[in-house]
Amino acid sequence: MDGFGVTFAFWVLTGVTLVAALGVLLSRNLLHAVLFLILTFVGMAGYFVLLSADFLGMAQVLIYVGAIAVLVLFAVLLTPRAGRDNGETRMFLPALLLCGTLLAVILFVITDTNWAVSEEPATVSAAGLGEALLSRWVLPFELASVLLTVALVGSIMLVRSREEEAEDPR
Amino acid sequence: MPAFLITNNWYDFRDLGNLSGKLLDLLDDALPFGVVYVIAALLGFVASFVIFVLPSQLFVGVYGERKLIGRIQSRYGPNRVGPFGLLQPIADAIKLMQKEALTPTSADRALMYLAPIVFVAPCVLLFAVIPFGPNMVFADIPVAIVYFLAVSSIPVLTTFMAGWSHNNKYSLFGAMRVVAMTISYELPLVLGMLGVVLFTATLGLQSTVLWQKEMDIWLVFLQPLAFAIFFLGASAELNRTPTDIAEAESEIVAGYLTEYSGMKWGLFYGMDIGYAIAAAAFGVTVFLGGWTFFGLEKWVPPWLIFIGKTYLFYFLFIWTRGTLPRLRIDQLMTFAWKFMLPIALLNLVIVATERMFWVEEKADDSIVYAFALINIIAAAAAIYGWSRALGYRPENTPQKARLVSEAGGFVPVDAHGEGSK
Repeated sequence: MDGFGVTFAFWVLTGVTLVAALGVLLSRNLLHAVLFLILTFVGMAGYFVLLSADFLGMAQVLIYVGAIAVLVLFAVLLTPRAGRDNGETRMFLPALLLCGTLLAVILFVITDTNWAVSEEPATVSAAGLGEALLSRWVLPFELASVLLTVALVGSIMLVRSREEEAEDPR
Repeated sequence: MPAFLITNNWYDFRDLGNLSGKLLDLLDDALPFGVVYVIAALLGFVASFVIFVLPSQLFVGVYGERKLIGRIQSRYGPNRVGPFGLLQPIADAIKLMQKEALTPTSADRALMYLAPIVFVAPCVLLFAVIPFGPNMVFADIPVAIVYFLAVSSIPVLTTFMAGWSHNNKYSLFGAMRVVAMTISYELPLVLGMLGVVLFTATLGLQSTVLWQKEMDIWLVFLQPLAFAIFFLGASAELNRTPTDIAEAESEIVAGYLTEYSGMKWGLFYGMDIGYAIAAAAFGVTVFLGGWTFFGLEKWVPPWLIFIGKTYLFYFLFIWTRGTLPRLRIDQLMTFAWKFMLPIALLNLVIVATERMFWVEEKADDSIVYAFALINIIAAAAAIYGWSRALGYRPENTPQKARLVSEAGGFVPVDAHGEGSK
């Protein structure tokens, strides 16, 4: 990383992301936690832009901030108020253990991997990304879309009422 | 005739980007390294937002909209303050600043305070990628269209924050309606834009304009379906009157704005207009050729053409707002899922086929005119056919008043015991 602007932006983004992530953990109000989580996602999008992966950054904002956050808000609305203000802490120890293990694994992978450093700045263009998705990575791409279709059909089946089912011609 | 071509001299007022570029070059020499980036951002903010958007909000958005809607509805509109009532928006702003901004005791204070502020920021960011002229674009990023869609999805969260923070049923209803409607309309909107992107094979806004300039055709002729979808989807997401169920006064007081007063409400009101202007500018850039006008941009400053087109596009929003009655929420949802989504998918299939033919057959560029003809016919046929398939029968609409019995309705036995005929 070179240049004052990039370094400055990196530290600002790091600060924002870390503070927001801490906010997710520490805030007692579930809705505040969700909003902090969205701020974390925006910070991650900033990192993508810093790594000159513009399209990924924009997709991060569009998908996480736009869509998933909205769904999380729905989930918040469906939880009762008592369970929202004062979070349960019975699962504190297992959660801590799980997170610690996950962190250890990720840190091990990061330190153990032999990172190839390329001299010229990498550019991930949208066209290149699309071509890679539809040629080399076409199987995972299609699997993901099948998964989404299954989720869609499943959710429709779950919310159908008995009356609607009775109306169905068989 | 190569005369009147836009030059790169700083005094060429046909492209103000030259002047700002020259200014920034001079400053870069004088100031320490890096400071010029901050100044460039400030300059872009002042040029696009303070000089263009704010006056547009006041005089086209507030005054022009109220006046035009007044004329549409056979009223005078604002005509008291200043000549022709032109100072009305300024009087409104002063009034709003004087009013007390109330906060209910049971509200979530922090969120209620933050929501209007967070609502303003994306609107300013949106104008960073809009090209006003050949060099007059602050950030000509290669993924400008995705950037625009991504940033314009942030205000939805803010309206949810606002509605939830009030701890008021009507506010929460309004917020839920915004979220539900945005989920529904975002889908056809993005699918429609995908058709455009397939045609131009670029995600940048400036390169979309240049593509239209090179092909000598606007994308509205090539993509009439996508244009219709964009216009309907944008006016739904902007909460403008035919679709403003989120703040429907007659149903849920003022939706997510119920508890806001004073300048906090003013920020929401003003920035709603700001987003409408941003949507108009985006629509003009993508569909109506941006700052080009079939060669006229050599003589007239491109930014004037762009601003004129943006205002004309905004007039479409005013027109629909003044003419159409508000729709119910179930009608809006049905329209998004049953009408716009299939139409958008059909449009995508047509575009993909045409694009593949164009590339595989290595056809001449003038084939776009054939595509335009095909697409306009296909758009008309698709809209008419699909609406008929969904049960739209204009010939069954009675032209004059009828008795219930004539219309085949049920007439109950009346007091004289004669019964229905």
